[in-house]
Amino acid sequence: MRLELSGITKAFGALVANDHIDLTVEPGEIHCLLGENGAGKSTLMNILYGLLRADSGEIRLDGVAQHFTGPGDAMRAGIGMVHQHFMLIPVFTVAENLMLGHEQTKAGFLDLPAARARVQEISARFGFDLDPDALVEDLPVGVQQRVEIVKALSRDAKVLVFDEPTAVLTPQETDELIAIMRQLRDAGTAIVFITHKLREVREVADRITVVRLGKVVGEAEPTASNAELASLMVGRSVELTVQRAPSTGGDVGLQVAGLSVLDAAGQIVVDDVDFVVRRGEILAIAGVQGNGQTELTEALLGLQDDVRGTITLDGRDITGASVRQVLDAGVGFVPEDRQEDALVAEFSIAENLMLDRSDGAPFVKGGAVQRRDLESFATATVKEFDVRAQGIDTHVGRLSGGNQQKVVLARELSRDLRLFVAAQPTRGLDVGSIEFVHERIVATRDEGVPVIVISTELDEVAALADRIAVMYRGRIVGIVPGDTSRDVLGLMMAGELPDDVRTAA
Amino acid sequence: MTATTTEPAATATTTKGVSYKTPIALGAFALLAILLFVVFGRDGVSTFSFAQSGTVALPDVRFPVRGTGVVVAVIAVLLAVVAAALVRLRGASSRWLVVVFALALVVGFLAWATAGQRLPIIGLLTGSLALAAPLIFGALGGVVSERVGVVNIAIEGQLLAGAFVSAVLASVTKNLFVGLVGAVIAGTLVSFVLAALSIKYVVNQVIVGVVLNVLVLGLTTFLYQSVLIPATDTLNQPPTFSNLPIPGLSLIPVLGPLLFDQSIVTYLMIIAVFVVWIGLTRTRWGLRLRAVGEHPQAADTVGINVARTRFWNVALAGAIVGLGGAYFTLGSVGAFSQNITSGAGYIALAAVIFGRWDPLRASAAGLLFGFASQVANILGIVGSPVPSDILLTLPYVVTIVAVAGLVGRVRGPAAAGRPYVKG
Repeated sequence: MRLELSGITKAFGALVANDHIDLTVEPGEIHCLLGENGAGKSTLMNILYGLLRADSGEIRLDGVAQHFTGPGDAMRAGIGMVHQHFMLIPVFTVAENLMLGHEQTKAGFLDLPAARARVQEISARFGFDLDPDALVEDLPVGVQQRVEIVKALSRDAKVLVFDEPTAVLTPQETDELIAIMRQLRDAGTAIVFITHKLREVREVADRITVVRLGKVVGEAEPTASNAELASLMVGRSVELTVQRAPSTGGDVGLQVAGLSVLDAAGQIVVDDVDFVVRRGEILAIAGVQGNGQTELTEALLGLQDDVRGTITLDGRDITGASVRQVLDAGVGFVPEDRQEDALVAEFSIAENLMLDRSDGAPFVKGGAVQRRDLESFATATVKEFDVRAQGIDTHVGRLSGGNQQKVVLARELSRDLRLFVAAQPTRGLDVGSIEFVHERIVATRDEGVPVIVISTELDEVAALADRIAVMYRGRIVGIVPGDTSRDVLGLMMAGELPDDVRTAA
Repeated sequence: MTATTTEPAATATTTKGVSYKTPIALGAFALLAILLFVVFGRDGVSTFSFAQSGTVALPDVRFPVRGTGVVVAVIAVLLAVVAAALVRLRGASSRWLVVVFALALVVGFLAWATAGQRLPIIGLLTGSLALAAPLIFGALGGVVSERVGVVNIAIEGQLLAGAFVSAVLASVTKNLFVGLVGAVIAGTLVSFVLAALSIKYVVNQVIVGVVLNVLVLGLTTFLYQSVLIPATDTLNQPPTFSNLPIPGLSLIPVLGPLLFDQSIVTYLMIIAVFVVWIGLTRTRWGLRLRAVGEHPQAADTVGINVARTRFWNVALAGAIVGLGGAYFTLGSVGAFSQNITSGAGYIALAAVIFGRWDPLRASAAGLLFGFASQVANILGIVGSPVPSDILLTLPYVVTIVAVAGLVGRVRGPAAAGRPYVKG
């Protein structure tokens, strides 16, 4: 089925999320929609899927104009969607999820055998092995995504939208997904693939449309280089790789030995982890989201209650120390959830900059905030870190993601650090801000601070790491040099350590 | 393309120790049993009477109180020890063990409390069912509403509205079925307010529920005092449903009078329990309802209208609870009185949680609470060493112990109480 979007416009208040977007997707084609976070890709697809109504513009399928009032209409017309956040009911079985919304019944009762058969039939067609009676919440994310795909196919989708499908996958799972997408394309399905990852685009796309700030800014061939695509996406030329000298490798700064963390339910989430970080070195901790990285960083900061093993910073044991003591020991921390853990949205930039130093000099004396000191500090820091805002009194909640992250970095890096921990430092940021954040992290390393970067993005790991530790189910699978290939890292992220791999523990 | 990664994700994690909560709780109750039945043991014989007119009577069962007390206390201690051993060996105690423990303790307590008296077992059981009926209706309504994602604190208000309207309509028309329909409509109307405010206007569901309860209580109290009392003969003297014994089945000892010699409202209740249960698990209605209560956005993306599903199922919940309200007036008392429900709606709410949002378990919880109330009533009548005011707290003590002690952390519908806003 041929899909045409013409002149789609959608505004949320003053923000124009989609500005006269035109897009044509032919059957048997994988059409990539490339753009940064916030460029309007998801809004466009939600309009296509009937979740949002466009202010103006038209959707045509095989030349016939469509008027969707809800996802039900879109599905009936042959549009399927694999959502970024899976739209599956966790406590339902695979078969129940498949049938939901278009249930077959027998004498008034659900026809589960028919749904099971449908799951098996479709998954056999693509060589999956899905158990129709498995509860979705018990399945790994990669398999859940297949359930989403099977669900869309069971509605005979002729146009299939994949919304950032690789964000939750290991590289191997990504490769498998790409193979599935090709198989679907060869069967005549029109595929829209939304992403901001250049590598995947070039690998799988037949055509590429780039959107920026709600507008289509151009089409590109899959043969285009990463730099060309990135500059289209950002609107200026960008450095994709950070310039950095090899690590000098100083003394041991942080030493972690036999560290285990148990969560509130008594489950082991970090399992007997050992590593060291030297001064002037970046240790990247890679792995698929949810393999214990979050808990590991929280344990370093003193945010976890049930921690075994030892954490030694500059020869001092900081295991079990309070967050205050850890911060005073010189640890800087960028949490993975900016809005939730790093900033108070309703506070001004200046107030956020002093959040971790609210208990004494230089900003508080005798219980009173030293406004003048704070203002001069904030003004200087905002300038140094290039935070784009009207002034230091602007509420942080009103800044863009990139500028919010700069505020966090500014706060953490403006102290004398003995250790810097950055969790997902560029998640959700535009390419320009990523560039800036990476430069600052490398600069911190070059000052001789031990740095830990936790990232699920292999591009980021490759760009920054001197050494890479890969986590899987709470354990460190192995610690390898920074130039280790993606394939090896991918295997490690799935828990396997190839025999011939060089380790760098 | 392989599927080598499909092993369950939880295999690498291990659990830290096991819970000794059950054996500890059983141990505490065993100590209580020793204290009550042995230390403060009573003499005499307690007679459990199964006498029942019209059916084949079973012989009385006679318990020598002191001996029974000692036996029950010993059983309790043994079971507590077994539970501890089970936890140590298998990591978990057995649910059947808890049931046997509870039964033994109940028998022991009843024997102790009625030393030298006769305890009418049939009356105890039928009375329990009668007291449980509104709770079960309420709990079913609660289950339906919460499973679709709307917290229904307003059960009390729906019961009270149903009780009031059914009494008035049945009195005026002298027709019980008009009263029943009126109760359904009254419960539905209360639900409409809850649904409209919480779904359309996204008001906090708990607050709306509490406010509705207070509103209905105030409204019915005012109307009762200013309208019903002056005209009791015409407005507040409804007929009551008489029992419809099912030929043959009603003659079965114990079960006959309990299940097959009841009024039409009770039969409706039994039917409703099974209809809701099968409906929730086996039908399209139930699947969609549960989907909306668990993950409304996912339901939306497969073309289910979340707001509409929620609205009509909350209305349905009100209709079911309304029937429970009619039970107060048309099913038993035969007149409306001020605050006739006296908190039954909140107990029903506890039954929903104790029953883990499952219609069968919630109904069983309703039965348990009904039983506790009836024990308090009967012991008050036959006379027991426990002061009656303390006995009257029994249903509420059972509720607290049940919900706080036995349920622990349970997982309700994931989206219950959370309004769904598109976008």
